[in-house]
Amino acid sequence: MPTTKSLYGRRLPGYAIATAIVLTGAIALAFFYAPIEVDQGFSQKIFYIHVPLAIVTLGGFVFGGIFGIQYLRSGDTRHDLRSYTAIHQGLIFCIGALITGSIWAKAAWGQWWVWDEPTLVSFLIVFLLYCTYQPLRFSIEDPERQARYAAVFAVVAGVFVPVNFIAVRLASPLIHPRVLGSSGGSLPNDMRIAFYSALLGITLLFITICKYEMASKHSRAQLAALRRNLSEENDEPAAVRTAAPRIAIK
Amino acid sequence: MSTTRPPSTISAARAVLYKELTLERRAPQTLTAMALFCASAFVIFHFALARNEVEGALAAGVLWVTLALAALLGIGRSFVADREEGGLDGFLLAPAPRTALLVAKATTLLIFLLLVGFFAAVIFSVLLLGPTPSASQWASLALLIVLADLGIALVGTLIAGIAIQTRARDLITSILALPLLIPLLIAVTKASEPLLTVGGGTLAWRWLALLGLYDLIFGLLAYALFDYLVED
Repeated sequence: MPTTKSLYGRRLPGYAIATAIVLTGAIALAFFYAPIEVDQGFSQKIFYIHVPLAIVTLGGFVFGGIFGIQYLRSGDTRHDLRSYTAIHQGLIFCIGALITGSIWAKAAWGQWWVWDEPTLVSFLIVFLLYCTYQPLRFSIEDPERQARYAAVFAVVAGVFVPVNFIAVRLASPLIHPRVLGSSGGSLPNDMRIAFYSALLGITLLFITICKYEMASKHSRAQLAALRRNLSEENDEPAAVRTAAPRIAIK
Repeated sequence: MSTTRPPSTISAARAVLYKELTLERRAPQTLTAMALFCASAFVIFHFALARNEVEGALAAGVLWVTLALAALLGIGRSFVADREEGGLDGFLLAPAPRTALLVAKATTLLIFLLLVGFFAAVIFSVLLLGPTPSASQWASLALLIVLADLGIALVGTLIAGIAIQTRARDLITSILALPLLIPLLIAVTKASEPLLTVGGGTLAWRWLALLGLYDLIFGLLAYALFDYLVED
């Protein structure tokens, strides 16, 4: 029987330490190395958190869809757990991106919410769609069916994200700075180094939290299985309704 | 020994489509509910907006929000009879391709949506619409209704297939469908806006292209994924 450590925990301490070091370094670079932006001043520093959060969120949703495809093709419940974790953490990071985006909008344009800003509006729509992932899973009791339907949702939602961005961008005047574009608004080198460090740090944070969540869920299932084996009745526990994938351990 | 060949996708889809339309003809439920909903919504918009006439972006918004919400009624009813009366089990026992069910259900929903869409457009022009569209503008609006309804039917069938197996079917249908339909609604309201404006305007091709892209992508997705929704 594979243990939690062999499945999910082997590289977890390494990821945790790397996350702490890179994130601390990125924050130091953002505040002490990157120059103050001329137009927006100190408030622009939130860019080093907001944009990486947004990019990692979309990455999490895309990987949720990819793991969903892998589950549909193989039926391996570990892919369902990976898809669930990527979308679950992606949703939490999405909330972070929306809040930091809103703060940035207040600082830059004087309003907490700007409808002319296509990226922020697109994120809100994507957030609303992914918010339905947990209620959908929760409303299906059979674990196999729950995993299959959640995988279908993950694939549909993963494809929806770029379509939504195209539609919202076509409908709105462009005022969001294109920070990494080839023309206009491109970052100077010292800002670029701080930005890429923050992106790496947030990515590592996402991976670490995902691995931690998977390890936690697996170890909890193992503990329940051990308790079951030790108890005299050795009965199957009554099924508890949950949105999280159920890990079968004998 | 005689052998019987399993039905093709088209013949199986035609049989299911015939069953769906016969059911609706004998006991009209979905179509009448959707049409009544549209008429009631226009009356509510009249009082809520405190206007006798609307035009431009507001008119496009009122018309398409009403049609989108009416579509939710049709999506919600799509698989209910099959689930409750055992029609879905009967179909799964038959040696028919699963895609036939998708084609039949999406076509049924599309027919309902088109009928309600054209009915709602006429009622809307009588009750609320300020400007009188020209013949070419009516033709453009009809094209928009067809393209938008095709997308709604494809996404709606996929969602109905997911929601029918859940405990909170009505809730799941609404909260899944509305965000997924937002890109389509953006495109169709923006495209309708010049057609419903005083002085008039023409159809912008980029919105038609976006509607076509949406229909194509979600058509392919529905085709690729629908089999997983009707495995048991």
